[in-house]
Amino acid sequence: MAVKSETMTINMGPQHPSTHGVLQLILELDGEIVRKATPHIGFLHRGTEKLSEYRTYHQIIPLTDRLDYLAPMSNNLGYVLAVEKLLGITDQIPERAEQIRVLLTELTRLKSHLVWLACHALDIGAMTVFLYCFREREEITDIYEKVSGARMTSNYFRVGGLSEDLPDGLEQEIRAFAESMPGHVETYEGLLTGNKIWQLRTQGVGHISAEAAIDIGITGPALRASGVDWDLRRDNPYSGYENYDFEVPVRQEGDTFARYKCRLDEMIQSSRIILQALDKLKPGPILADCPKVCLPPKKDVVNTIEGLIHHFKIVTEGFSPEPGEIYQGIEAPKGELGYYLVSDGSPMPVRMKIRPPSFVNLQGLPQMVEGKLLADVIAVIGTLDIVLGEIDR
Amino acid sequence: MSDQAIVEKLKAKFSAAVLEVVEYRGETTVTMAKEPIVEICIFMRDECGYNLLTDLCGVDYLGKTPRFMVVYNLYNIATKQRLRIKVPVEEQDATVDTVSTVWGTANWHERECWDLLGISFNGHPDLRRILMPADWEGYPLRKDYPLQGPDREPYQGRLS
Repeated sequence: MAVKSETMTINMGPQHPSTHGVLQLILELDGEIVRKATPHIGFLHRGTEKLSEYRTYHQIIPLTDRLDYLAPMSNNLGYVLAVEKLLGITDQIPERAEQIRVLLTELTRLKSHLVWLACHALDIGAMTVFLYCFREREEITDIYEKVSGARMTSNYFRVGGLSEDLPDGLEQEIRAFAESMPGHVETYEGLLTGNKIWQLRTQGVGHISAEAAIDIGITGPALRASGVDWDLRRDNPYSGYENYDFEVPVRQEGDTFARYKCRLDEMIQSSRIILQALDKLKPGPILADCPKVCLPPKKDVVNTIEGLIHHFKIVTEGFSPEPGEIYQGIEAPKGELGYYLVSDGSPMPVRMKIRPPSFVNLQGLPQMVEGKLLADVIAVIGTLDIVLGEIDR
Repeated sequence: MSDQAIVEKLKAKFSAAVLEVVEYRGETTVTMAKEPIVEICIFMRDECGYNLLTDLCGVDYLGKTPRFMVVYNLYNIATKQRLRIKVPVEEQDATVDTVSTVWGTANWHERECWDLLGISFNGHPDLRRILMPADWEGYPLRKDYPLQGPDREPYQGRLS
């Protein structure tokens, strides 16, 4: 007698610890095999794009912190670069501001990758790594706090430069941290790379080919692990990245293990970039000399009439870029983060479209899990490194 | 190949469809008629090497005709070049042919554009709301949709 079998549809999330936020997956299961996976998103939709149409360009910066809340400075950077491009002041940004931006976005990359590794490893059963990664992340969060006053929502970059200079003595602290990072990465590798259980849970799991990954729009380390040698920092440099010496880790396998190795190698490269940026840092201005865009220093506001006028105009009206549209993409920790801005000459954008890397990368999930085991779904969600804050915006 | 050369190629192939070419801050934007958009995208992908659709979105220019623009931000991974294609969409006939057959990534982007701006995509395999709840009424990113939502008093404080 033939065995009658039918599929079972189960719901995973939005309240599930392994979905990294409020992701809901409807899974059609045939025993342990996933036949169909349908992601449902939007539970964290806050209307960032709509809100930004009612705010001046400066007022939008704090909204961008809350997109990918694990890498706030990368969001800030993408946005301010986009506005600077729209204004045509990209070449007027002082060197020191650009270097501090690079320094802090690379720290942000480390911060984001540390949370990814911690949660990814925890999801598939390696708990120790979680504690180690959060120990290091805590140091970066402390640096964030010293720089911007906030541990997560930094709101530190400004159109034209930075909100303020680095506090005294912080450079040594960042240097010590960046020098210690390769050793920490070695510790994580010691716990995972040669671990038989880790290898079985990651090798060959969630495989995606380079063609399929490009078709679905996957970017960042997830694409580089499928053999595509493409990094915006090197290929379309911004914020002075062309002056830094770093390698772009590429793997050919396209599976979860390759993505893991790519991100770990990236962490080593990030600490190299941080050290180079520290070597380059020289005292100097941190805000471009664009009085109609950048807030003047407080002493000018209270002592000069021009300073007072500019301060008043920027705070009450903002600034008005010429009509036009631009797209600026940066290599955020999770992939290409893009801002598409349309201006009609008013102080508020007509449209700000954010291209979040997680949104696009998550689209690859059904392809990567269908026909595979249910347990692999957890590994694939982890390896895609999604943050629902930027998926839902 | 420079952006100009690509635009020339596009003009040679789709002479009637090219409406406007704008260069601004080093970026080229080509406005084209919406009817041949699928052929344009296939041509861009296969003949010009723009293999990645970075982003697709709609823009609402309330008060202008045509009211909407659908914007395709393309990227060529081999030559690291960007190009933007825009197609105007009328308010009365807010539909465009889907390009999700050309790039799989367009699927969710088009769903989002439908969800937030109400531009529908012919032939889309799964045109459902994506960010808003399934039973939501209205299209929140339209300029005539109030910021605070449909059934609430307008915010009385300052917004800017």
